[in-house]
Amino acid sequence: MNIIELLGFGKGKTPAPRDCKKCGAHISGEELAENLMICPECGTYMRMGAMERIALVADKGSFKELDKDLGNANPIDFPGYKEKLKDAKKQSGISEAVVCGTCEIGSCPCAIFVMDSNFMMGSMGTIVGEKITRLFETATKQRLPVVGFTTSGGARMQEGIFSLMQMAKVSGAAKKHSDSGNLYVTVLTDPTTGGVTASFAMQGDIIIAEPNALVGFAGARVIQQTTGEKLPEGFQRAEFLMEHGFVDVIEDRRRLKFTLTNILKVHAYGRKRAKSS
Amino acid sequence: MARKTVTAYNRVQAARDSHRPMGGYYIGRMVDNFVELHGDRRYGDDAAIVSGIGFINDKPVTVIAMERGATIEERMKRHFGCPTPEGYRKALRLMKEAEKFRRPVICFIGSSGAYCGIDAEERGQGEAIAENLFEMMGLKTPIISVIVGEGGSGGALALGVGDTVVMLENSIYSVISPEGCASILWKDSSKAPEAANALRLTSRDLYGFGVIDKVIDEQDRNAEEICTELKNFILSEIAEKELMTTEELLAQRYEKFRKIGA
Repeated sequence: MNIIELLGFGKGKTPAPRDCKKCGAHISGEELAENLMICPECGTYMRMGAMERIALVADKGSFKELDKDLGNANPIDFPGYKEKLKDAKKQSGISEAVVCGTCEIGSCPCAIFVMDSNFMMGSMGTIVGEKITRLFETATKQRLPVVGFTTSGGARMQEGIFSLMQMAKVSGAAKKHSDSGNLYVTVLTDPTTGGVTASFAMQGDIIIAEPNALVGFAGARVIQQTTGEKLPEGFQRAEFLMEHGFVDVIEDRRRLKFTLTNILKVHAYGRKRAKSS
Repeated sequence: MARKTVTAYNRVQAARDSHRPMGGYYIGRMVDNFVELHGDRRYGDDAAIVSGIGFINDKPVTVIAMERGATIEERMKRHFGCPTPEGYRKALRLMKEAEKFRRPVICFIGSSGAYCGIDAEERGQGEAIAENLFEMMGLKTPIISVIVGEGGSGGALALGVGDTVVMLENSIYSVISPEGCASILWKDSSKAPEAANALRLTSRDLYGFGVIDKVIDEQDRNAEEICTELKNFILSEIAEKELMTTEELLAQRYEKFRKIGA
């Protein structure tokens, strides 16, 4: 398997070269693809787009996108928002901050949503909330587990109260899914903050995080300004959350698919159950 | 003052007024034989949330209220009404107790938001709010949420997943404070009045959007009159919800939030 193909860049295409924000190393596109967007010099995890993540964990060719383009919403007619959405679409090449669909992970069928920080910092507005809600509803009907990758700056303020209400809406769908006896696994990726942390990111039966991912409710700078206290080392990082009991597993990106497959199989998803039932 | 001249930011200021009655006042005025119940049975007791059981007229209820206190000492103790994770977990514990005995839950909301601090993050502020949203969506007893002051973002929503959501006229409900919005978007927190306008955070705006069910007028009325109308409204809502089966109640609650931005 060609790792460049795996990451969804297509034949002959590679990701754009990047400088590692931590160690400053200049990394070529080939190296980035080979290392699954982990810095080969210092091991820093770089952010991945939604389609790259799907390529990382979904069995090849199994992903079927749902509700690909629900359009965009501007429920409170916020000044300048329409233009901002247009720019975000152009820059990111995707239509909103989450991609949803069904796929197989290690031959286990599941519903999957992947947020994308390239689109307005992964902020959650009504379209994001609607897409994830629909995914949970589909998964509940089809008795599929949901695997959700989170990355978000929080609720999208340009949609005002409607953004805030998406937290309740998605929570309702996640609750129904859970009450019907279905599994929900979240994978917290860098960064997951605000209203997403305070809703569906933290509602998984099992919560996985990528190493060193920033995960929190209030912004670190806001906390520092409000309290005047010095923030402890590693504050709001995945390891900090695990130490305080809020994360089940911190998993290496190279082992993530294996671990997800394992979790799905333990919960009796996959081909074996289909045969025996 | 004619209503038309009141700006959104005037409402924000009114909602934040340091003399404005908060949750504790409404408990005192509405709830007879109130027994305050303390603690989350996990870690601590958050003074920003006053909660307990009592009667409204003859109706047994569980009441959960954000309270910031009157004096500066009390405000320090209650950290200005901003709940910690322990506050949200105490609220959920009492909601579960109410569910067990099929008693309606009334939540009073008035806070700039969830408590912001290192300790709150260590003890899972995000998880505590998430858990409340998740569990309230399935709570098998009626929930009435009343916004009496500032409804500050996720910290307010954590008590706001109600079958009925009602706002006092001069309360506000917003995804972010106007100051926060202005400083992020326009790098200038003094543009808060413009942000308040753009965010559409007044009770009338939210009623127009169908996000809330009722606005209680405040203009030309004293606190007692407001309280009486609110109390009667709460009682009539409870009576209506109690006619429903649990399945109907939960289906209606799901649909109420499901349709927002659908």
